[in-house]
Amino acid sequence: MAIVALGASALGLTACTPKDAPQKDAAGKDPSAPAALEPWKVGAYLSLSGAETQFGIETKEGIELAVFEVNKKGGAKGRPVKVLYEDNKSNPQETNNKVLQLVTRDKVVALLGEVASSRSTIGGIVANKHKVPMITSSATAPEVTQIGPFVFRVCFTDDIQGQMGAEFVVKTMGKKRIGMLFASDDVYSSGLASQFREAAKKLGGEIVVEKSFIKTETNFTTYINEIRDAKPDLVYAPIYYNAMVPIARQAKAAGLPGSTFVGGDGWDAETLLVDAGEEMEGAYFTNHYAPDVPWPHAQAFLKAYKERFKRDPSSLASLGYDSAMLLFDAMGRAKGDTPEAIRDAIAETRDFQGATGTITIDPSRNADKSIVIVQIKNKKFTYFATVNDKAAAKP
Amino acid sequence: MAMKILNALITGLAQGSMIALVALGYTMVYGILKLINFAHSEVFMMGAFIGFFAITAIGGKDAPLIAGVGGTLLAMAFAGLLGMLVEKVAYAPLRTRGKGKANSRITPLVTALGMSVLLQNLAQLLFTAQYRGYPQLLPIEHTRKVIFISAFSVMVALQFLVHKTWMGKAMRALSVNIEAARLMGIRTSRVISITFIVGSMLAALGAVLYCLDQSQVYPTMGVVIGTRAFVAAVIGGIGNIPGAMLGGLLIGIIGEMTKLTAYSGLQDVLVFTALIAVLLVKPTGLLGKASIEKV
Repeated sequence: MAIVALGASALGLTACTPKDAPQKDAAGKDPSAPAALEPWKVGAYLSLSGAETQFGIETKEGIELAVFEVNKKGGAKGRPVKVLYEDNKSNPQETNNKVLQLVTRDKVVALLGEVASSRSTIGGIVANKHKVPMITSSATAPEVTQIGPFVFRVCFTDDIQGQMGAEFVVKTMGKKRIGMLFASDDVYSSGLASQFREAAKKLGGEIVVEKSFIKTETNFTTYINEIRDAKPDLVYAPIYYNAMVPIARQAKAAGLPGSTFVGGDGWDAETLLVDAGEEMEGAYFTNHYAPDVPWPHAQAFLKAYKERFKRDPSSLASLGYDSAMLLFDAMGRAKGDTPEAIRDAIAETRDFQGATGTITIDPSRNADKSIVIVQIKNKKFTYFATVNDKAAAKP
Repeated sequence: MAMKILNALITGLAQGSMIALVALGYTMVYGILKLINFAHSEVFMMGAFIGFFAITAIGGKDAPLIAGVGGTLLAMAFAGLLGMLVEKVAYAPLRTRGKGKANSRITPLVTALGMSVLLQNLAQLLFTAQYRGYPQLLPIEHTRKVIFISAFSVMVALQFLVHKTWMGKAMRALSVNIEAARLMGIRTSRVISITFIVGSMLAALGAVLYCLDQSQVYPTMGVVIGTRAFVAAVIGGIGNIPGAMLGGLLIGIIGEMTKLTAYSGLQDVLVFTALIAVLLVKPTGLLGKASIEKV
C-alpha cells in the first residue's frame, strides 16, 4: 500500500512541477499584473528550429511584443497573459506532439501558430478535437480553417490573394493583355495562378500567354522569350523569391523589365532585393504588409518592434503580433474564461485594428482584411496601394 | 516560329554544353574504374560555392575579369583536390581491400551514394540551406557564348590528353585492364587520382559557368544537374568522351524544345524517354562500342 501511495505522489509531483512552478514565478515577477490573479495560459507552437527557423523566430518576436503590450495595459480582463512556446522543429510529427502537450498537459485556453499551412493543419486538427481555439498567423492555404469551428486565421487566403492580384492588374492598372509564369508542381504557385486566371478573365482581362515550369528549373530563358514575344502588358508571376532571382535576371537580359512582373507574398524576402533588386525595379506584389504602410496601427507596431528588436519587422512578425493581439482582444471580450467562450469571442471579432490592417473574422473563420500592394522601388519594398474589396472579387 | 526555334536552340546548346562538362567527369571515371561516381554532382556543387566565395572575395562585379578568371581557377583547384580526396577516402580502400569479393562492384556504388549525401549535408551545415545570388560578371548572352566555347575547347583538349599524351595512354591502358596495367609498371593509383582531379576540375568549371548563367548557388543544386549529366553520359555511351559531349547537347536541346510547347513540365520525362529509347536500340549508348566479355 505504502509503495503505491508513494508512487502515486511521486507521479503527482512530477506531473505538477513543470506546469505549476513557472507560471507562479511569472505571475509573481510581473509588476504590472494583479498579483492575486492567475495568468491566462496560451500555447504557441512554432518552427523555432529546422528549415523554417527564420519564419518561426520572426513570428515569435511578434507574439512576444503583443504579450508585452497587453500585460503593460493590465492583461486581458485584468488577468496577465502568459504564452508557453513550443518548438516543433519545422516538422509535422513534432507538431502533433507539441500541440497535444500544450492542450492536455498545460491546459492552455487557446493556441497560436503556425507559419506553414501544412503544420497549421496538424495543429488545427488537434485543437479542434480538444475544443481549444487556435489562430494561425500566416497559413494561407484555404483548407486550414475548414478543419472545424475552433480554427481561425489572421492572414488572407491564397484564393483571395490571387483574385486581388487580378483585380489590381485589370481594374487598378487597367492592363488587359496578361501573361502568366508559375511553378506547376508547387501548390502555392499554381493555386494563386488558377485563382488569378479565373478572376482576371471575369474582370475582362485576356491571358495571352501562359508558361509553367517545374520547381527544379533554373534556366527560364526560353519561357521568357515566349512570354516576351506574346507582348503582354503585364506578367503575373506568383513564385517564391528564390526562383524569382534567376527569372528577373534572365528576363532583363531578354529585354523584359522588372516592372512587367506582378507577384504574390512569396516575394517578401530581403534576399530578393539583395540579389535582384535592380532587375526587379518597378515590380508589384500583393502582400500582408509593407514597412511604410500609412495605417496608424501598423506604424505604432513598427515603432514598438524597432525599439525592441532593433530592425524592421517582416510580414511574419506583424502577422504573429496580430494573431496574438486579436486573441487577447477576444479573451477580454469573452463571456467566460473557458476555451469555448474565447472561441465565440474570436468568431465575433469585427473591425479589429491590427498591424496588418482592419480584420473582421468571417463566417468561415477567415480574416476579411485589406491586401497591400507593394512596389519595388530603389531596391526597397514600398507601399503602393490597398486593395480591400473582398466581396467584389466573388462571383 | 523559326526564330523561336533558333533561340531555343541557342539556349539549349549553352545549357547542353554545360551539362556535357559535368558529364565528362562521369564518363572518365566510368571508363577507367567501371564506377558511377555519384559524388560527382556534389563536387560540382562545392565547386560552385568555392567559386562564389572566391569571386566575391576578389571583388565581384567591380573587377569582373580578374574575379571571373581567378574565381574559376580557385574553384577548379579546390574541386580537383576534393575529387581526389573523395577517391582516396571512399573508393581506393575498397578497390584494394574488396578485391575478389562477390559484391566488389556494388560496394563502391553504395559508398559513392553515401559520399554524395555526406557532401550535400556538409554543404548545408557549412553554407546553410539558403539560396545565394551569384554576382553577375557578364551579360547573360555573353556568358552563354563563354559556356559553349569553353566546353568545346575543353573537350578538344581532353581528346588530346587521352589520345596523344603518355598519361592518356596510361588511362586507356587502365580502362582495358587495371591489373595488367599495374603489372606493366603503370602507377595505377596515380593515374586514377589524375582522372578524378581532371573530371572534378571540369565539373567546377561547369559549376561556375552554370551559376553565372542561372544566378544562384545552393547546397542541393548538384542533384538536378548531376542527374542530367549522368543521363547525358549514358545516352552518349558511358566511357566515351565525344559521347558525353553529344549526350549533353542532346539533353540541353530536348529540354529547351519542350519548353516551347504547352507541356513544359514534361521536360525530364522526355529526357528519360530519350534515354530509354536510345538504350533499347543501342544498349552501349550512341557512340559507345560493345566490348566482348571474355569468360
